Amino acid sequence: MSGVTLRGWLLDAAPASRRQARFGRWYRTWLSFQNNSLAVAGLLIVLALVLSAIGAPLIADPQAAILQHLAQRLQPGSAAHWFGTDELGRDIFARIVFGSRITLTIVALVSAIVVPVGLGIGLPAGYFGGVVDAVLMRLTDIFLAFPRLVLALAFAAALGPGIENAVIAIALTAWPPYARLARAETLTRRNAEFVQAAVLQGASPISILFRQIVPLCLPSVVIRLTLDMAGIIITAAGLGFLGLGAQPPAPEWGAMVASGRQVLLDQWWVATIPGIAIFITSVGFNLLGDGLRDVADARSS
Amino acid sequence: MAGSAKGGRFRGYGIVRRILSTLVSMVLTFLGLTIVTFFIGRVIPIDPVLAIVGPKASNETYDRVRLEIGLDLPLPVQYWRYLSKVLHGDFGTSVITSQPVLQDMLHVFPATLELAVLALIIGVVFGVPLGVIAATHRGRWQDHLVRLLSLFGYSMPVFWLGLIGLLLFYAKLGWVEGPGRLDIAFDDIVPTVSGMITVDALIAGEHDVFVNAMQHLVLPASILGYLSLAYVARMTRSFMLGQLRQEYVLAAMAKGLSGFRVIWIHALGNVWVQLITVIALTFGSLLEGAVLTETVFSWPGLGLYMKNSLFNADLNAVLGGTVLVGVVYILLNLISDLLYPLFDPRARGRS
Repeated sequence: MSGVTLRGWLLDAAPASRRQARFGRWYRTWLSFQNNSLAVAGLLIVLALVLSAIGAPLIADPQAAILQHLAQRLQPGSAAHWFGTDELGRDIFARIVFGSRITLTIVALVSAIVVPVGLGIGLPAGYFGGVVDAVLMRLTDIFLAFPRLVLALAFAAALGPGIENAVIAIALTAWPPYARLARAETLTRRNAEFVQAAVLQGASPISILFRQIVPLCLPSVVIRLTLDMAGIIITAAGLGFLGLGAQPPAPEWGAMVASGRQVLLDQWWVATIPGIAIFITSVGFNLLGDGLRDVADARSS
Repeated sequence: MAGSAKGGRFRGYGIVRRILSTLVSMVLTFLGLTIVTFFIGRVIPIDPVLAIVGPKASNETYDRVRLEIGLDLPLPVQYWRYLSKVLHGDFGTSVITSQPVLQDMLHVFPATLELAVLALIIGVVFGVPLGVIAATHRGRWQDHLVRLLSLFGYSMPVFWLGLIGLLLFYAKLGWVEGPGRLDIAFDDIVPTVSGMITVDALIAGEHDVFVNAMQHLVLPASILGYLSLAYVARMTRSFMLGQLRQEYVLAAMAKGLSGFRVIWIHALGNVWVQLITVIALTFGSLLEGAVLTETVFSWPGLGLYMKNSLFNADLNAVLGGTVLVGVVYILLNLISDLLYPLFDPRARGRS
C-alpha cells in the first residue's frame, strides 16, 4: 500500500513542496530511462564495475592478484582459477577484479580535471563574449586539433611512464568538448529572465555563473562525460598496452593484454580476457551515455 | 551558376574571408602544437642537458652543451629558435638511427599511409551504405544490427582486436599472412617508388609481391577500417535521417521517382557534403590508431617508429612524430573546411 502512495506522491501533478517536485522529476526521469533496456544494461555494467572496485578484496584474493606461483603458470580456466593464470602464475580473475580499481581511478581523475577546466574556459567565454570568447575559443580549437594518443605518447616520453602521467596526457586532450558545451549552454541562458533578475539583485558574474548557470550545464556535462568514458578507458588501456600506463605488477587491463601477447597462440586466455573486460566496460559506458542522452533529448523536445 | 550576377561579389568576399579565417586558425593551431612540443621537450625534463650528456659528463661538456642548446636564453627566444628549426624541417637527430628525424619519418610514413588509406576505403565503402540502410529502416532489425555493429566498433580496444584477428585469421585459419609487410622471400624485389609496397609492386608489375603484400595488409587494414566504419556508419545514419525528413524527399517521391533513386542519389548526394568533415576526422584518428595497430602487427610505420623511439628515450624522434601527426591533423581540418563550401552552395555566401 505504501508503495502506491509513494508513487502517487512522486507523480503528483501539483507537488506541494519544492522537495516533492524535485523527487518527482527524478522519478519521472528514472521511469523514462528504465524503459530503455539497453541503457539499463549499461547502468548495470557500470554499477558492476564500481562495486567490483569498491569490494575487490571481498570478491577476489588480493594475494592471488600479485603473488607469483610459477608452478601454476599459464593454467587454463578451472574451479580454482576461473579465468586461468598468467605467465607468472597469478590468478587472472583476481587481477581483472583489482584492475577495475585502476580503470575507475583513471576515469575519476580525468573527470576531475576535465570538467573544471572545461567549465572554467567555457563559462566565461559564453557569458562575457567578445574578446574573452574569441581568445578562449581559439585556445579550445587549438587543443581540439591535437592527436590524443600521440600527444599522450610524447608526454609519457618526457615525464616517464605511469598512471598519473597517462591521466594528465588524456585530460590535456579531452577538455575542449566540455568548454564548447559549457559555452553553448551559457550562451542560451545568459539573457534568460532569471539571470537578469539575479543581475538586478546585484549578483556578481562569478556568483551568477556558479549559482545560476553551472547547475543547468551539469546534466549535459554528465551525459557527455559518460559517453567519453569509453574513449578514455580505451586510450588508457592503449597506453597501458604500450607500457606507458600503470606499471607492473599493477593489474592494469591494457598491460595484461600486452603480457599475454607472447603466449597468444598457445594460451589465448591470458590476452583475451582482459580485453573482454575493457570491451564490456566501454560498452557499458556507451549504452548508459546513449540512454541518458535519449532521456535528456526527450525532455527537451 | 544561377544568381551569380546578383550576389557574386559578396559571395566572393565571403569565400576570401572564410579562407583567411581558416588559414589564421591553422597557423594558430600549428603554433599551439609547437608550443606544446617545445614545452614537452625543453621544459618538462628536469634537466635537459643531463638528458643529452648523461650523468658521467664533465663540467666543461655540461656547460658547453648547455650553451649549445641555448638554455641560458629566455624561454620565448628558445621557442623562436625551436620554431624556426621545425619550419625548416629540422627535428634534430635520432639517437637510435643517428639520422635526421625528418629523414627517418619520411622513410616510415608511407607504410602508415598505406595502412590508413586502405582502412579509410574499407570504412567508407562499407560504412556509408550501412548507415543509409540503417536510416531507411529506422527502428527495424537492420537499424539495430548497424547500431550494434557501430557500438562494438567504438567500444573495442584496437590492439586487442588486432591480437584476436591474428589468433583467428592467421594462426587458426591461415587466411592471411602474419605480422610485417612482406614475407622475407619477397623482400627487396620491387624498387621503392612511393614507399607503399602494394603500389610499388603494381608499378613494377610484380604480381606475386602485390598478392603477398596484400595478404599482410588486409588484416590490419580491416581492423582499423572497422573502427572507422563504426563512426562513418553512425554519422551517415544521423545525417541521412536529417535528409529524409526534408520536404524535397517527399516532393521527389510525389513526382514519381523511385525510392532507390531518391535515397541513393538525391538524399545521399546531400549527405556527402556533411560526410567530408567526418571522413577527414576519421583519417586523422586512423593515423593515431595506427600507433597501436602497428605495434601489434610489427608494421614498420610511423607509429612503430614512435613507439620504439619512446622506449629508447629518443625524445627528438617522438616529438618529431608528434609534430608530423599534428600537422597532418591540421591539414585534414583545412582540407575539410575548404572543400565544404565547394560541395555546399549554401556555405559559399556565409562568412
